[in-house]
Formats: sequence, C-alpha cells, structure tokens
Amino acid sequence: MSAEVWVFAEQRDGKLRKVTLELLGKGRELADKLGVKLAALLLGSGVSDLAGELTSYADNVYQWDDPLLERYNSDIYLQLISHLAGKETPQILLAGATFLAKDLFPRLAGRLDTGIAVDCLNLAIGDDNLLVATKPLFGGKVLADVVCRKGRPQIALVRPNTFPPPSLSGASKGEVHKLEVSIDPDQVKLEVLEVVRAAKERLDLTEAEIIVTGGRGLKEPKNFRLLEDLADVLGATVGATRAVVDSGWRPQDDQVGKSGKTVSPKLYFAIGLSGAIHHIMGMDTSNVVVAINKDPRAPIFQYADYGIVGDLFEVLPLLTEELKRELAKG
Amino acid sequence: MDIIVCLKQVPDTEAEIRPTPDNTEINYEGIKFVINVYDEYAVEEALRIREKVGEGTVTIVTLGPERAVESIRTALAMGADKAVHLDDAAFLGGDANATARALAKAIEAMSYDIIFCGKQAIDDDLAQVGNILGEFLNLPSVTGIVKFDLSEDKKKATVQRQIEGGIEVLEVPLPAVFTATKGLNEPRYPSLPGIMKAKKKELKPVKLGDLGLNEGEVGKKGSLTQVLKYSLPPVRGAGKIVQGDTPEEKAANLAKLLREEAKVI
Repeated sequence: MSAEVWVFAEQRDGKLRKVTLELLGKGRELADKLGVKLAALLLGSGVSDLAGELTSYADNVYQWDDPLLERYNSDIYLQLISHLAGKETPQILLAGATFLAKDLFPRLAGRLDTGIAVDCLNLAIGDDNLLVATKPLFGGKVLADVVCRKGRPQIALVRPNTFPPPSLSGASKGEVHKLEVSIDPDQVKLEVLEVVRAAKERLDLTEAEIIVTGGRGLKEPKNFRLLEDLADVLGATVGATRAVVDSGWRPQDDQVGKSGKTVSPKLYFAIGLSGAIHHIMGMDTSNVVVAINKDPRAPIFQYADYGIVGDLFEVLPLLTEELKRELAKG
Repeated sequence: MDIIVCLKQVPDTEAEIRPTPDNTEINYEGIKFVINVYDEYAVEEALRIREKVGEGTVTIVTLGPERAVESIRTALAMGADKAVHLDDAAFLGGDANATARALAKAIEAMSYDIIFCGKQAIDDDLAQVGNILGEFLNLPSVTGIVKFDLSEDKKKATVQRQIEGGIEVLEVPLPAVFTATKGLNEPRYPSLPGIMKAKKKELKPVKLGDLGLNEGEVGKKGSLTQVLKYSLPPVRGAGKIVQGDTPEEKAANLAKLLREEAKVI
C-alpha cells in the first residue's frame, strides 16, 4: 500500500491549469500531515515538458503520453486512472472542480465504489486520518463537512481559486513514471467529434481571478463594452446575470448564478445588478466584492466589501481610467 | 424508444434552509417542494424525443419520501407515461453511491434506450448520481448536456456538453446516461388535460424487498460517505460605501482601496 495523495494535473493546450498548482500546494500539506508521498497524474499528448514541471511539486509523476489522449475522452481516461488506482491504492485523489473533472471523477467514484465530494471549499485531515471535505449544499446556503468512510481513494473536486498556488521549494525533485497507454477498445464507447471554443482569450468564469459582471442596469447589450473595457485593464472575465442572459444580451456561457456558473474569484465586480439570491448563490465565495448601483437599497450592497452608490455610466469609465493609472504605477 | 428519467423532489430555491440546532440534519419544516430544476430539463428532453420518434415510453424513476408523489404527478402531467417510486424508508438518507445503487437495481429490470438525469440536485448538490448510475449499469455517461440529437437509426446520439468557454460534441452509442443542464430546452408546463390524465397513469411503488437488496446496501446504512456536520456559511457583512463628492472622487477612492487596503490589484 503506497497510500499516496494524488492530484489530477489537468492541462489544456500544453499548459497546466492554475487549479492544478493550487491543489499540488494543498496536496503537499495533506501528504505531509499523513506522512505519505504526493503524486501527480498527467494525461495528454506531448506532455513530457509538463511532467518535468510537475516534478518540482510532486514526488511521483504518473505520465501517460499518447496521441490517443490529445482530447479528453472519459472512457479512455477512466480506464487508465482506475487501473493505476487499483494498483497503487492512493488514499486521496484531488482535482479541480472543472467541467472535465466533474464529468470524469463521478464516473471513477462509481467504478471504484468510493466516495466523491464535488465543489469543495476546504480540505483538512480529521479524525482517523480521514479527509474532511467542506462542500456547499443548497447552492451555498449551507455547508457540509463530509468524510468518506468506505472506499478509496477519497476523491475531492475543489473549486478553482480556493487555495493559494504553492511557492516553489526547489528541494523536491520528483520522479516521472512513464506509463503504458493500453486501452480496451471495447470499453471505449464515447467518441469526441469536436471541441468548439469561442475565440475568446479570456479565462473561463470558473477559473478567472477577477470577474466583472453586469446586470440589467447596463440597459442595452452594447453597453457591456464598458465592462469589457474594465475587464481588459484588469485581465478579467466578463459575466452576466440571468436576466441579461435570458434577454439574449450575453451568451449562456457568461451566466453567473444558480442556473449558471459558480465562481470564486479574488475580486468580483457586480455592476448594475440588484443581487437576487439566485445570483448571490453563484458568487458569494468571492474574496472581495465590489458593487456599483444607483439604488442604495439594492441587496447587492449587503454582500459587497466596497460599494459605490452612483450611475454606472458615469462611474465605470472613470474607474477604468483610475485602475489603468494605478496599474501603470507597477 | 424507451426513455427513463430520474427525477428528484427538492426544496424550492426560495426556501430558507437551515441545519437543525445540533447541526446533524437539515431542517425541512414548513418548506415547499418542487421538481429539481435540472430534472425538468431531463423530462422535457425525453418528451421531445418521444414526440419526434412517434413511439415509445417515458418512465419517471424517483427515489424519495411519500411527498415526492406530488412531483412525480407533475412530471406525468407534463406528459410522461408512467412512474416508478422507490418508496421505502430504507432508501432515504443515502449518499450518491447508495442512491445510485437503488436506482440502478430498479432500472435494471426495465427496458431503456436512454436514461436522463439532471446534472445535479439543487438540495445536496452532489452532482454525481447520474454518472455513478451509469457505472453501475455499465453504461457510458455524459455530464451536463445542452443539446441532444438522435441518429436516424436511433442507435446513437450526438450530444453537446458544456465546457469552459465552449462545447464538446460527442457521439454516444445507446443506451447511455445523460445529465441535463440549463440550455438543453425550455421545459413545458403541465396542461389542464395533462393534469387530468396524470391521475390515471401508472405510478408503481417499489419497496426494498422488490429490488432484492438488503438494508445495508441502500440509504444511510449503505452509504460510503457521511456528513460530520452542517454549518451556515460565514455571513458576508456589508462592507463600506465608498465616499466621494463626485463620481471622479468615488472612482479614485475605490481604485485606491482595491490597491492599498484589499490588495487585490
């Protein structure tokens, strides 16, 4: 029994996702507490550079490098990871709560007959050395501390931006294990035909560090230009409320809230939106919240760290200029 | 074309949810219950496929207490043909694994080409039962679909799944499990004739013994995971209103606060 702590190293287009580094940091802390090794799982095509990068954080890097793995296919990923888990018997497996992981790891949990907690906001080692995962219920109205009593590994999918990225110690020099990609073709039923990504350079809302969200107060779709300008200055991603998406002003992909995306950025701008509970449920784990609204009684001010009562059409362009100046100072 | 829809009854999203004083349970007193919103998309999609194909059945499968019958009837009123209700105290309080095990056992005995679930229930937000169900039935599963197209020969489906900043298009041989998310369709409301007809539709209760499972395999006793405690999230107190006599001053003060006090830019 090696009983390692595993971190799924999600990569895209030859780059590790930020949440992977965050989890390697947290994973190291958990592994040290348990007195076991930290390992990273890396799947992809032409990923040996990334494996090298991971050795700075993990003791072992399990690498599957094959053109077959170029695109994510849950049937294939599942076979490889469940096979290795059966052999290596890790006690904990962490991954970011990304669209990929939320598709893959519940399947893995079913296949290995173990427990999984999704959208976790904190992790700790509790009694009996069990992983205690804190996760939201009822859209964040309640939190639950969950443990997995039977079944291994204990799987937890953690929201991006929950843990700080680790500082490089330089001391840890992990070992890369190149694993054979042997697949039972009969067990590959899904076929990925196409992956279509909007040609936007911004990070997805779920992984963005700064988000600028607009509501109906923007009055017209074209006024989102003001948000785009602010987002450009900050390297932020633009979000939208349900009302805005339902009106067809912005794509569904941009929706923050209960029926949209749940986000935890370090800085969240809520602009021209009242703060309906549906919206709050999608963003209330943000680190710092700024609200701009002309109605001083808008509920959003109850959730904001900083509020400006004023006309967004006046304030926003000025704020964009101010922030540009502040950032230019370095 | 036989389609199964797993449906859960959950508290209305407006409901105020609190743990019990000892933090070991959720207090459901006085709460209104509705169909889980993602399951509504699942029901609607199943109905549309049946209508397009022109034959087949849509069967609702629900695990839940007696009150869940109300939501099952709503789905039947929308147009589903029949329902199976896993209605036994032994099934209740289970985690995803235990719940999926009971559902799988019930569904195993039925005829199906497609199984739809919601991508998650908005009460416990587990977001995994559909996928685990797929594994227990040895079927592939696809999470969070926003488009479903049945092939000409009805043997496979082309589906679109939401991913970061885009979509993934997959071809999936049937039978398979799909979990539905917002964007898949606009669920219909039950019509008055639909509501009348629903009263006569078959709603079969299923007990633990009917599934050949024992108490230790389902519900709370059959669960792998356990909630140690519930808590309320830290309250986000209202912060400060940024002062300034002019919009210029307010903007400048905010920029300064974000930089020097919050240190987020």
